[in-house]
This record gives sequence, C-alpha cells and structure tokens, in this order.
Amino acid sequence: MAEAKPIAGTRPLAPKPMSPHLSIYRFQINMILSIMHRVTGITNYFGSLILAIWIASAATSEQAFNTVSSYLATPLGLVILIGFTWSVMHHMLGGIRHFVWDVGWGFSKPAVKFLSWATLFGSLTLTAIIWGYALSHWGIR
Amino acid sequence: MPTTTYRTELKKVRGLGSAIGGPGTDHFWAQRLTAVSNLFVVAFLVYTGLTLAGAPLGEVKAFFGHPFNAIASILVVISTAIHMRLGMQVPVEEYMPHGLKVPFLFLNTFFVIVIAVVGVLSILKLFLGN
Repeated sequence: MAEAKPIAGTRPLAPKPMSPHLSIYRFQINMILSIMHRVTGITNYFGSLILAIWIASAATSEQAFNTVSSYLATPLGLVILIGFTWSVMHHMLGGIRHFVWDVGWGFSKPAVKFLSWATLFGSLTLTAIIWGYALSHWGIR
Repeated sequence: MPTTTYRTELKKVRGLGSAIGGPGTDHFWAQRLTAVSNLFVVAFLVYTGLTLAGAPLGEVKAFFGHPFNAIASILVVISTAIHMRLGMQVPVEEYMPHGLKVPFLFLNTFFVIVIAVVGVLSILKLFLGN
C-alpha cells in the first residue's frame, strides 16, 4: 500500500485500518459465489465478442457467415458456447440474488447458503435445458 | 489534537464522497437498472439462439427482418453494453496497478462502444436487407 502523502501544512493521516481479509476466513459457499459473480461478469464481457462476430458475419456475406458458423459448430466451439451460456445464466441468477439482498432480504445464514446453492444449481439446470433443446434442434436440421 | 481521524483533508473540504449523490450512486443505479433490463433482453437472446441454432443464413436474415426481432436485438445490444461498461469498470479500478488504471478504463469504454456499434449496425443491415 502506498502511503498517502500529507499535504503541506496539514497533520499527517493516521494509518488506515486494514481488514485481515481472505486468509483468515473459513470456506463458505457464498464467498466462492461472490468471486464467481465477478469471473462470470468478465467472461460475459469477452463472450460478447463471439456474438458480435457472429452477427457481423451474418451481415457481411454468406461465406463469412458459414466460416464463423462452422467454427462455432466444432467441439471446441460448442464447449465455449456452452460455457458462455452457463456464465451468463450464473451471472443472471447471481444478479437476482444481489437484488434480493438489495431490498434487504435473505441475510440470515441459511438464506445466504440457500441462495448461493440455488444460484449454482439453477445456472447448471438452465444451461442444461437450453443446450438440451439447442442440440436436439441442431441435430434435426 | 488528541483524536485520530481517517478522513482526508480533501474529503472534509468537499464534504461529499462519491457515494452521496455522486458518481457512485449513478453507477450503482445504472448497473441495477440495466441488470433488470438484461433479464428481459437475455431471455430474448436465448430465444434468438435457440431459434437460429444451426440455421442457414437465409433464416437468420428472415429472423432479423422481422421488426420485433430487430428492435429486441438492438435493445439486447444497448442494455448489455451499458451493463458491461459499468461492470468492467469495477475490477479495473480495484485490481489494475496505478499507471494502467486510466488506460484500461479508456480501453473498456472503447471496447464496449465498438461491440455495440458492430452489433447495432449488423442488426440494422440484416433488418433492412442489405
């Protein structure tokens, strides 16, 4: 931490108190979920590139669209798309959880635990439903 | 003076922090506002993905040729772009070392604007049929 330089002619500041963070906490599911909310937010940020490239290719030419589509349909492409979907669902449910907290609900220990696990399982369930449908649909074409 | 203080002189002079009616409040509020709109537009985005999964270009063009789909898709871009811009600002401000903070805050805004312009223009082009 860089010390704040005292401005000339003023008292020096007292050192700010530091929280003994991270290392002293026992594992809790909600702390993982808190980190996950950031990670998924950042993932979604860069995932938007995929959507932008896809829509731009569709607006460019048949050839560009087919190229991008064929990349997305490779096993790696599908893994990335499924991961992106899960990331969006996780961030969405995490956001709803934050709204519950914003209005002042769900702060008891069991409620926090429940909301955290619900976010995790809910996001996996939604992803499974979406891709179950998408892949069966894709297969039919 | 016996009492210790954690407040900076500047803070006392200005009286208000970022949190009291300042940019902190605006950021918080806009982030929640777009979080709510994102619930709707992401639902539409999922619908789009499911409708167009594996579809040939002709179907994609037909989909975005429909006014409702074009409007909803542009709203997807606008709502998520604002949310992304605000969201990425937080980890950049918190984790970036001093010299890189401002360049990356600029980069964040540039990235989001480019994504948004590409998205909206592409949707418009598909809607208008070239």
